[in-house]
Amino acid sequence: MLGLLRRHLNSGAISSSGLERSLLRFSLDGSRGFAAAAKEMTVRDALNSALDEEMSADPKVFIMGEEVGEYQGAYKVTKGLLEKYGPDRVLDTPITEAGFAGIGVGAAYYGLKPVVEFMTFNFSMQADCDACVAARLTVEAIDHIINSAAKSNYMSGGQMSVPIVFRGPNGAAAGVGAQHSQCYAAWYGSCPGLKVLAPYSSEDARGLLKAAIRDPDPVVFLENEIMYGQSFPVSAEALDSSFCLPIGKAKIEREGKDVTITAFSKMVGFALQAAESLAKEGISAEVINLRSIRPLDRATINASVRKTNRLVTVEEGFPQHVIEESFGYLDASVERIAGADVPMPYAANLERMALPQIEDIVRAAKRACYRSVPMAAAA
Amino acid sequence: MALSHVATTSRSQLLKPLTIISSSLRHPISTDTTPITVETSVPFTGHKCEPPSRTVETNPQELLTFFKDMALMRRMEIAADSLYKAKLIRGFCHLYDGQEAVAVGMEAALTKKDCIITAYRDHCIFLGRGGTLLESFAELMGRKDGCSRGKGGSMHFYKKEGGFYGGHGIVGAQVPLGCGLAFAQKYSKDENVTFALYGDGAANQGQLFEALNMAALWDLPAILVCENNHYGMGTAEWRAAKSPAYYKRGDYVPGLKVDGMDALAVKQACKFAKEHALKNGPIVNFSPVDTLETTLVELLEMDTYRYHGHSMSDPGSTYRTRDEISGVRQERDPIERIRKLILAHDLATEKELKDIEKEFRKDVDEAIAAAKESPMPDPSELFTNIYVKDCGLEVYGVDRKEVKTMLP
Repeated sequence: MLGLLRRHLNSGAISSSGLERSLLRFSLDGSRGFAAAAKEMTVRDALNSALDEEMSADPKVFIMGEEVGEYQGAYKVTKGLLEKYGPDRVLDTPITEAGFAGIGVGAAYYGLKPVVEFMTFNFSMQADCDACVAARLTVEAIDHIINSAAKSNYMSGGQMSVPIVFRGPNGAAAGVGAQHSQCYAAWYGSCPGLKVLAPYSSEDARGLLKAAIRDPDPVVFLENEIMYGQSFPVSAEALDSSFCLPIGKAKIEREGKDVTITAFSKMVGFALQAAESLAKEGISAEVINLRSIRPLDRATINASVRKTNRLVTVEEGFPQHVIEESFGYLDASVERIAGADVPMPYAANLERMALPQIEDIVRAAKRACYRSVPMAAAA
Repeated sequence: MALSHVATTSRSQLLKPLTIISSSLRHPISTDTTPITVETSVPFTGHKCEPPSRTVETNPQELLTFFKDMALMRRMEIAADSLYKAKLIRGFCHLYDGQEAVAVGMEAALTKKDCIITAYRDHCIFLGRGGTLLESFAELMGRKDGCSRGKGGSMHFYKKEGGFYGGHGIVGAQVPLGCGLAFAQKYSKDENVTFALYGDGAANQGQLFEALNMAALWDLPAILVCENNHYGMGTAEWRAAKSPAYYKRGDYVPGLKVDGMDALAVKQACKFAKEHALKNGPIVNFSPVDTLETTLVELLEMDTYRYHGHSMSDPGSTYRTRDEISGVRQERDPIERIRKLILAHDLATEKELKDIEKEFRKDVDEAIAAAKESPMPDPSELFTNIYVKDCGLEVYGVDRKEVKTMLP
């Protein structure tokens, strides 16, 4: 979607208190029964339609989470699904994230396809908070996401696949304070064995959620509460029930030639507005909507940076440490030696390859000094 | 029964010892199913249910199977101890010797369509589910013929086709996972159950109660089995739990306390629990003041004991006396109990049983030799099985510029 996007800003209707959600007016009633012309759809409805279609197509798909059923969803993303699919497939859980994250993973081990909703990804951390009944955060749900889901296929040599989706709002809402506002993209994005997606527009929401549900691997699907009520045009193609977006591909939302701006989720909207503002000052910005945090579409980002020669990265969460301030003093590119992109294998030879060794550090330093180096052990 | 092909290695067959025995027996006990009734060592104690009778029906074939299966498991664990000390096994190694009766008794009550999930003390459960000695030893030594291709190690044995879902290192995590398996069984309308095993240490985990609540709420065919060996690593149960009556900790969930060193008692309890979970079983009576409806979930506490320490890095004698360990070995050893039963019923001679054990020593030695010859995983295996669907992902090794690969 190039250029300005029309958005219905429902800032007035979004409550800033804990879990009180007022019903927002929907601009569409899902995607059912619309003509082929471009339509407007809120992100919320896009997600709802994706869930509906995937549940209809595959009886193994079921939804689990707090308030997903009778309450129609804490953010109304699962509205109508309980009535349509029944309580066997849309399960209201008690407020026990560790428990139901684990139950979801166990069901996935057996071959079902759970979609587990976290009321916010802050709750996926799941540690106890006295102040607010709803703000229950304990470390054990993230334990199930990482240790029971992400690593299982690797640790079992391919026996235990986990076709599960963990979804929910991520990042800051408005005025909900420190414990309900963290963006977990960087945390989950660093974990091999997970796929991590972050939609921006309604088309993203539909296509990526459908892809996530169909994917045989564990997917962390990071939505954004403020985006739920925003409307975007969706093409006829995107409304089709077979529509799916590829995992691992970013989208160039706006082409430009002077600077690359990468962003995901809500920040894409900000980046586009920034690009508009920059255009008035004669700077042509290329905005990339990452869509997929892991795997990251390095090819698209690299191609863009090679074209523009300038890069601005945007994320709501706590960034990784990068010593940008000395960039101008670099005579060679930054070399990174880090753990391999795999869950830790047990076999001694593989374990050695997964961890930095002295020779790796020596080799990288020599490269930075432009000395020729022997190749590392090939994988 | 379950372990008839367990000891199959590339070079020896388990059937060898059977033919040796049956030729010299008065009657071939390997196929004799004449019922024998035995009383369990102690009666069961029930919580919110009428416990099953302590009179168990068995037969010569089953008793011999119990003996053989447990003797093989015992032999495997002792051999693993030596391998660890020889530094052929690295990292963590948690041995199960002493607890074999729980594994075999449970197998006698289940089918391979039922699911079992446990924590990290998983070698013998793996064997019970159809795993082979070669797969075990190769995995322990990190070789490519291991059950997890060398990538899991001692704590991560799996055998999905045998209904064994691991093998988990995070204490207590396997209980919600097990309830998830039970959920999926109910969702798929399979008439099967899941046994989720955990220890007395894990029994205090919050996620256990979260899972139990949901399992009871949703009527899942889940049986939670506490393998109470009385020590959570180095901490005795009375130091960790306000109430070490683990079979009662399910509150509204019926519970049963079982002598976990008596394979027949374990079998009886597991059969009882499975029938209860599938609603085919005996009627459970509740105390008159209890107005809660029945739940399908059941909680079994197996009173058992491990001879080794918590793991190979724990001598196991700093928090308990050697007298205690040898006392249990003398009074309650599960293999000795079955041996005495077999001899008392005149089903085999002492020499015949000793010969079986000797054969197993050989089987285990041969499996270890074969496992030693199994190569380490190929370096390309570093990057396999990260995902089921790799989708053209680029993954990096430690040196990001040198070692990277495109997953297919």
